[in-house]
Amino acid sequence: MRLPLMTTRSPSSFALAHRHLLGIEGLSPSDITGLLDLAEEFVDLNRQVQKKRTTLSGRTQINLFFEASTRTQSSFELAGKRLGADVMNMSIAFSSIRKGETLLDTALTLNAMHPDMIVVRHAASGAVELLSQKVECSVINAGDGAHEHPTQALLDALTIRRNKGKLNGLTVAICGDIAHSRVARSNIILLNTMGARVRVVAPSTLLPAGIERMGVEAHHDMREGLRNADIVMMLRLQRERMGGALIPSSREYFHYWGLDPAKLKFAKPDALVMHPGPMNRGVEIESSVADGAQSLIREQVEMGVAVRMAVLEALARNLPNA
Amino acid sequence: MIARNEKRPLLLANARVIDPSRDMDQRGDVLVADGVIKEAGKNIRSSGAPEGTEIIDVNGQVVAPGLIDMRAFIGEPGAEHRETLATASHAAAAGGVTTIICQPETDPPIDDPATVDFVLRRARDNAIVHIHPMAALTKGLEGNEMTEIGLLKAAGAIAFTEGAKSVMNANIFRRALTYARDFDALIVHHTEEQNLTGSGVMNAGEFASRLGLSGMPKAAETIMLERDIRLAEITGGRYHAASITCADSLDVLKRAKDRGLKVTASASINHLALNENDIGSYKTFLKVRPPLRVEADRAALAAAVAEGLIDVIMSDHDPQDVEVKRLPFAEAAFGAIGLETMLPVGLRLVHDGSMTLPALIRAMSTRPAELLELPGGTLRPGSPADIVVFDPDVPWVVNRELLKSRCTNTAFDEAKLTGRATHTIVAGRTVYEYV
Repeated sequence: MRLPLMTTRSPSSFALAHRHLLGIEGLSPSDITGLLDLAEEFVDLNRQVQKKRTTLSGRTQINLFFEASTRTQSSFELAGKRLGADVMNMSIAFSSIRKGETLLDTALTLNAMHPDMIVVRHAASGAVELLSQKVECSVINAGDGAHEHPTQALLDALTIRRNKGKLNGLTVAICGDIAHSRVARSNIILLNTMGARVRVVAPSTLLPAGIERMGVEAHHDMREGLRNADIVMMLRLQRERMGGALIPSSREYFHYWGLDPAKLKFAKPDALVMHPGPMNRGVEIESSVADGAQSLIREQVEMGVAVRMAVLEALARNLPNA
Repeated sequence: MIARNEKRPLLLANARVIDPSRDMDQRGDVLVADGVIKEAGKNIRSSGAPEGTEIIDVNGQVVAPGLIDMRAFIGEPGAEHRETLATASHAAAAGGVTTIICQPETDPPIDDPATVDFVLRRARDNAIVHIHPMAALTKGLEGNEMTEIGLLKAAGAIAFTEGAKSVMNANIFRRALTYARDFDALIVHHTEEQNLTGSGVMNAGEFASRLGLSGMPKAAETIMLERDIRLAEITGGRYHAASITCADSLDVLKRAKDRGLKVTASASINHLALNENDIGSYKTFLKVRPPLRVEADRAALAAAVAEGLIDVIMSDHDPQDVEVKRLPFAEAAFGAIGLETMLPVGLRLVHDGSMTLPALIRAMSTRPAELLELPGGTLRPGSPADIVVFDPDVPWVVNRELLKSRCTNTAFDEAKLTGRATHTIVAGRTVYEYV
């Protein structure tokens, strides 16, 4: 397998020294750098006509989604298939849980099918870790409640690193519903681990208690929060948060915390805008910004497949008989 | 209303100048020009006022910053038969009140930036004193969903309140306090645990039992105040108790202030001057919410104002027409008017030695201005010329038919009072003169 001429890097042999990827918490800076370097190779691979590798040939990957997801599930599916694995999608939201089966029963059932890796999304924080204790294969967290979403943080980091050349020393403003966001938590941990300065920007009702203790600066005034930022990372506002419970209306939310060109001007002139998707245009972000020259939103999706290939491969290199 | 030439400077000469914002209580003059205070306190007449100045010798009367009434219910929009912004402003001017803070319990409620704008424009065009609306804390005053606190404040809402209702759900109130903090918005809350007050119509106790009326216990107020203060503490929000009425609540308030919390409180002039016995034989004009308490509570409230534990005295002006007041006590509406009588009744507390005159003015003008971040409440040079001139010693008798409010439900009908406003000046313009 030849890499494009532009790259002089030799192929990475990085292997993740963990059986599971349950979160960013617990990863060292070298773990993160290793995963990002490996992902770079897959970015290049994914841009070629021949995108297929065989490193996971014979392996079985189960995508176990207890919560509906189009983007993450298809990204993991594509990642596994490009590496040669047999990929099975199970959307539990529509099957056995409805019949009363518990999470652990489902785990034991799947375990009996001898998968090599299970990719899990669940609405309850900690559910993925619980499942990982009951199966013999690798488990990858594709999002658990408001806890972690490690592959999203890794793809965000890869996107930033490719555009800014580094993570260390950057100022990153994460804006929006921090309280309910697993994306925010994983990003805060990753960016802090890699030496970036992290700010969170939100109305106080959308900030979890004690957030400052996670090593971030909290801002309620978005202009202050964005001042001289290198990266503006917007989060999706769930519709059920609007209408008076935590914020009074989407109109007021957009006025004070929606990203528009006027607020973006407070960030550095070369600041870049990110969003994990799917976006609420006109609620947390204005279309002209989402589609503008400073937006990295489409690149994030591309990086998603590469990062998930890197995670699958780095874990597979540790599997027995590898 | 007496129209004067606003361009002409005005000298209020030979006054007792009281300005609590500067701890000033001295003989002197007050000079007003271009709608602002130029000088206050010095003997200006001797040093010479500008050419063409109109001079009023107030003959030893008090000149003080105009009163700011933090709590008045006005029926506009929706109940103009009870009171309009215009009629309320005339009652205010006659009582030395230069700024009214109106409550959002209108129809529709003031819970939308467009309604705030409507009230401000109607007040600008029709009222002779300043009027600022408080906006609803929850949509429709229903206690469920918070309002657009940011946009409402930007539109001119001066604070946020549920009027004479309490937000019973602690989590909703907590979130509102949390959210309001981001905008440094003040939340003013009526403290009544409504499950405890139920269908009560007056203070619970012996007198209610003798009258055969259902009671509202003091604990209903104290419990809600305790809850609110805990929530203010964990959220860091600015909190103001709308109407404190009993000694137990004062203990709670004192502990909160001693802990350094951003907690303040008002008491109404009714609760400072009257007790439940004044209800006598079912006088519905004394049916107010929260209810009048016992004499010991009234005396404790007056002492709390004197020492500054209670920050603000407000009128709780609530016009109710004959149809809802000429009813059996239990069925009559709550509320009494008070804009015009707040100062004279307050002077009763000065005459009986409960508090000093500067303490009274501080609670009726300086403190509300500070809490609401209004430019008035002071005679400092450069401040807006919102001024009351009052004679603290002139005797008069209240006649409800002669009060300016559109309704007559005063708790002080036929009361013999000592002292009243003689000139009320708003932005340098004399809007009321007692003749």
